[in-house]
Order: sequence, then C-alpha cells, then structure tokens
Amino acid sequence: MNSSTAGSTDTNSTAQIAKSRLSSIREKPTRKRHFFDRLLSPLILSPAMTLIVIFVYVFIAITVWVSLSNWGTLKIDMSIRQPLGVTYQQMFMMTRWHANLRNVFVFTVLFLTFSLAFGLLLALLLDRKLIGYSIFRNVFLFPYALSFIVTGVAWRWIFNPEKGVNVLFDTLGINKLIAAFGGPPLHPGWVTDTSVLFSLNTWLGTMFPPLKSLSIQLGIPMALIPVVIAAGWQLTGFAMSMYIAGLATVPHELREAARIDGASELQVYTKVVIPQLNPVTVSTAIILGHVSLKIFDLIFAMAGGAGPGFVTDVPGIFVFDYTFKATRYNLGAAASVIMLLLVCLIIVPYLWTNLRKR
Amino acid sequence: MKINKCLPLTKLATALALLIPFAAFADNAKKLEVFSWWTSGGEAAALDALFKVYKERTPGVEIINATVAGGGGSAARPVLQTRLAGGNPPDTWQSHPGWELLGQYVEPGYCEPLNDLYKSENWGKVLPEQLVNLLTKDGKQWCVLAGVHRGNDLWYNKKVLDKAGIKIGDTISIDEFLADCAKLKAAGVTPLAVGDSGIWATAQLFENTLLGTVGPTGWQDLFSGKMAFDDPKVKQAAQSYAKMLEYQNSDHSALTWDQAIKAVEEGRCAFSSMGDWAHGEFTKANLKDNVDFGWVSHPGTKGGFIVVADGFTLAKNAPHKAEAIAWLKSIGSKESQEEFNPLKGSIPIRTDVDKSKFGPYHQWSMNSFSSDALLPSCVHGEAAPAAFQQALNDAITQFVVDKNVDAFCSALVQAAKESNIAK
Repeated sequence: MNSSTAGSTDTNSTAQIAKSRLSSIREKPTRKRHFFDRLLSPLILSPAMTLIVIFVYVFIAITVWVSLSNWGTLKIDMSIRQPLGVTYQQMFMMTRWHANLRNVFVFTVLFLTFSLAFGLLLALLLDRKLIGYSIFRNVFLFPYALSFIVTGVAWRWIFNPEKGVNVLFDTLGINKLIAAFGGPPLHPGWVTDTSVLFSLNTWLGTMFPPLKSLSIQLGIPMALIPVVIAAGWQLTGFAMSMYIAGLATVPHELREAARIDGASELQVYTKVVIPQLNPVTVSTAIILGHVSLKIFDLIFAMAGGAGPGFVTDVPGIFVFDYTFKATRYNLGAAASVIMLLLVCLIIVPYLWTNLRKR
Repeated sequence: MKINKCLPLTKLATALALLIPFAAFADNAKKLEVFSWWTSGGEAAALDALFKVYKERTPGVEIINATVAGGGGSAARPVLQTRLAGGNPPDTWQSHPGWELLGQYVEPGYCEPLNDLYKSENWGKVLPEQLVNLLTKDGKQWCVLAGVHRGNDLWYNKKVLDKAGIKIGDTISIDEFLADCAKLKAAGVTPLAVGDSGIWATAQLFENTLLGTVGPTGWQDLFSGKMAFDDPKVKQAAQSYAKMLEYQNSDHSALTWDQAIKAVEEGRCAFSSMGDWAHGEFTKANLKDNVDFGWVSHPGTKGGFIVVADGFTLAKNAPHKAEAIAWLKSIGSKESQEEFNPLKGSIPIRTDVDKSKFGPYHQWSMNSFSSDALLPSCVHGEAAPAAFQQALNDAITQFVVDKNVDAFCSALVQAAKESNIAK
C-alpha cells in the first residue's frame, strides 16, 4: 500500500515535472512559431506571387507597350509609335474590327441566352426528380468535358452545307413539305452563310449619321447561329449544374410555405424558386461571358477562321491572324488589350460587388 | 532516420537529372535540324527524297525533321517566329523567296548569306537570273530553292468542255473565258470551281486575274509602288474578278482548294484557277494529262509565270553550320532536283535537268519557266510584306460578299502605304 502510494506520489511529481518541462519547451516555440507563422506565409507565398506578378501583370504591361510600339515585322522594335495610340486608331477604322465587335457582341448575347435558358430548363426538369435523374444529369454534363476543338470538328460536319442536317431536311421530307407550299427548298449555308439578319444600319444611321459610312451590316450574322448552337450545346450542361447546385440551396420550407399559401406549382417556380436563383444566374453569366469574349478554338475549328465577309470573325481570330500571319505585333497586341478590357468590363464590377459584400 | 539515409541518394539523383539536358546539348556534332511544314502525303515523300540524297552525299549525319503540320505553314510560322525571336533557330528552314525571305528573315538578321556557295557551285550559270534576283539582297543570295510551282494556271475538265462544244487553245483572254462561262452556265454546268474556306484560294483567283489585266510590267510596277492600287487597270481587274465570282459554285466557302479541284475532276464544275500543286490532285485521281483534264495559262496571263517557290535558308548562328551548308549544297544539286520535283509536283530550278523524267504538264511548265517573265506571288508572301498579304486577304474576304470595287481598291491603297510598298 505504502509503497504504492509513495510510488503514486512519485509518479505524480515526475508527471508534474515533466508537464512543467514540457510547457517550458512548448512555450518557447509558441512565440517562435508565432513569429515564424507571420514570416512563413508570405515567404511561402512569395514565389507564387512573384511568378503571378511577372507572368500576368508584367506581361500585360508589356502587351500594352507592344500595342503602342512600332513593332510591325519580325524584327523586335519597342520604340513608341508616333502619334501615341495610332495603332488603336487604325484598328478602330478597320472594317474587319467593326465586324469583330459586332460578332462578339451578338455571339455573347445569343450564347448566354441559349445556355442560361436551356441550363435552367434542364435543371428545373431534373429538380422534379424524374426517373434516371443521375443518368440524365451526367449525360447533360458530358459535353462540357470535351474541348472546343472536338466540339468544333463534330459540329462542322453536322452543319456542313452538303451533308449533315441539310441531308436530313431532304430525307425527312421537310423540303417536300415546303415545296408543296411553294417555297424554295431549305438548304442553309450555315457557317458559310453571309447574310446578316435584322440589320439596324438605316435606323442607326438616322440617329447617328457617322454610322452611315459603316461598310458592315449591324445585325445578326446567320453564320454565327450554328456556332452559338455548338457552344450552347457544350456549355448548357455547365449552366445546368450551376443551377442544380443553386436549387439545392433553396430551402424546402419556402416551397412548402408557398404551396400552403395557395401558390400553383408554376407559381412556386416563377415567384419563389427562380428569384432565389438570381445570384447563380449572375455568376454563371459572368463565367460564360468571359468564355465567349475569348472564344477562338470553336470558331477556328468550325468555320476555319474569319469566314466570307468576316461573318464568323472574332477578336481571338483577329489577334492570331495579325500577330502570327501578318507579323503586325503592335496591331495584334492592341486587339488583345481591347479583349482584356472587354473581359474586365464584365468581371470587375462583379468582383467589386462581391468583395464589398465581404 | 530513413529519410536522412535516403537524402544523399535523392540529391545524387536530382543532380544527375539536372545534368541530362546539358548532356544532350553537349553532343551537337553530326546533326542537322530541318524545319518545314511538309507533312501531307506527296510533300512528305518529296522531303524524304531530299533527305535520301543528302544522306548519300554526307553519311553519318542524323537529321532532325522538325515539321509542323498545317496548310501553307499557318501553324508552322508562329512556331518558327518564336524560335527565331528566342535565339533558338533550326539550322535551316523553309521559306518562299522574295519578301518573305528578304524582308521577314534576312532584314532582321536571322540568316547567313550564301553567295560563296552560289559561286563555288556555279549555280549562276544554271539558274535563271530573274529567279536568283528574287532571293538576292545587297548582292548576296540568301536561300537555295528546291523547286518552283506555277501559280497562274487554269485547269479544266476536258470532257465537260467537249460536251458543251468549247475548245481551249494555247491561250485564252478574260473576255473569252467569261463568254465560255456564260455558255456553260446556260448549259446547266457550274462553270468555275472555287474552294475558299481558306481565303487565299480565291485571293489566288484575283491575283491571277490581276496579272491577266495589268501584265508582267504592270505587276512589277504595282509592287514597286510605281502603279497605285486604285489605278483604272486594277479596278478593271477587280470587276473581271467580280464577274468570275458570279460563275462560281454556290458551296465555295465550305470547300478547300483541293475539294474544288475534285469538283472539276468529277465534272461538277468545268474550270478552276489554281497553282500547279493542283496537278497532283488530278494524277492522284488517275486522270490523264490532256485526255481527262487540260490546262492553260490563267486568262490573259500568257507570257507571265507566277513563281511559288520553296527554298531553304541558313540560320545565323546555326548550331550545325557545316551540316547545314552541305544540306543546301545537296538541295541545289541536279540529283536532288530530279528526285524531289516529280514527287512534289513542281519543276526544278536548274535549267540543265533531264526533262524526260517529267510528264506533259511539267514539260509545258518548264518551257514557260525558261521563256516567260518570272513574277513573285503576292498571295504566297513573295511580292509584298506579310502585313500587305493579310490586308489583301481581308479585302478579298469583304469583296466576295459586297463586290464593292472602290472600297476594295482603297483598302489596298491604304495597306500599300502602311507596308511601305507605295509612298
């Protein structure tokens, strides 16, 4: 007994000593660690930060410099072109650039409308928990896993004027039906179509007389429609998954409450669920919007480039042609800078409001 | 403890791994890097023929075949530009003579002059002077050409024309051509095949028509700035071109140039204006010269030969200079020229080769080469800077849709000013 109690006190005291020692050992490093922590995180981050500063911001600065320079051949010439900014002035005088701005605007609007509308529709259908929910969800998302080049090549064949859907118009008898009503057979040229729908030139010309001299039609180039369909097909699944995630955050009680208050099933969606999805719509639109402003590969694969009358030309293709084919590095850089500004125009207000909320 | 034991080993392995790239660079003897965009069937075979002759002449050299696929070098040029600007040039690379060579590569100092080679090989005696002028700057030569294509050919399906009762002689004028087109259209045949999904193909049609209107001297004047691009003759050429476009196939912008040639082969269209790389397409389809298909100088261009030539340069600070010079010597040899050109579908630049190795078309082309005015092509980057070439392509892209002659010409005038062709 005694020995055991003695032993216990003995072990107690050794434990205490050990504890105090341990705490004294621990204490020093805590202060050290605190100091170390402060220094360490910037130290660890600094390589990445340095790389980002160099490879993003310094390079943006170099691009701006090149766009103002005389560099118009393979020979690097960083001297500033006089008068300042004349490359930009020339670019904004180019018919091709006008067509670019029109196309990228039309494409963005149509593509966003298409992807968001169908993405929401698919998400709402899946929200009804129909049979095979998980299969359909994956099937709709699969196209998003493809690269734009693959999508472009596949849809290029589907919208080939001699093959693809045009053959279907014949074999399904749609053209016979049209012929029966006395119409011309349906043989759209798709990406090779040069017509521009809903041209606003005369209307805009009366409002802003300088626009009368524009040599392009301000409207919807028909050739962009198949590209919008292809891009929409690929990214609708992405919009859908964003909406599915959004729908999961709408509290079930809210819907129940609406139903108890006598809302019809349609009203539950239009008045309760969809308004709750607004933040999702904004973030999806911004992600898709900057994809569409930078689009290059899909159009390059589908239309092979600018297309007749620049109907499928976008800034990305302009930059490629003028930098690498024409070796006009200043002009290519100027177009890139404008592309960057366009993307900033979309992203900066969004980031700003988001950061302010925090 | 385990980690500590392993550490020296890891360090050693890392050090060795770091050394590997240096080891690869250290052994730079007996190698040759050739940069080109010859990857398609006939082109790759022709390039192989050049390699074969080179290996026979200089055994023991390993050839690094740096090809980048993509029509007309559209993908290869960006790669080459990056390598040149980064100070990592291939020993030798493919280039057209004229502006692309002299303005793009020689002017910024990426090339070594080859006048000593031209002297020692006596090439001055066997090469046409007009051709050598296209690759000469400051009295020095800067590349060796492997072969020459003729750009201004009009190809036709003989059977289709026979059926429509049209006979083509040695020469054809623009008016005669348009009259034939009208006749064919009335007979229900699409007269002209164009495949301008790559815009250069229809630009080629314009270029040929422009030569047919301004003639060889006018051509020289245009690109030396003596004649303006809004000259009445250029406008006339644009109008003729617009008239030709009315006779083209409706699916032109969905086709490539070779698909357009196919339309002629199959008799869906009668004519196509294209360089003689089209000849290879006809022979691939087992069609016979002068039996199934025929050719004539593009309307109005008899006496002019638009040169589309492929040559190789010598890089400044080439990593394997001796091998590269041997390569250029080999390309210029009679043997290489005779092996390469039948496969590529072009003609030799030397006038002393055995003509019997070539078929009827190429013999015709060789005769034209030795007697006609040799002119640089604008569409293929020889006559004018790349920036002008791009501006011409852009102007054509717009013109095929709106057919606005004045806007077209003023765009060219502006581009000529910016790229210092015209003052």
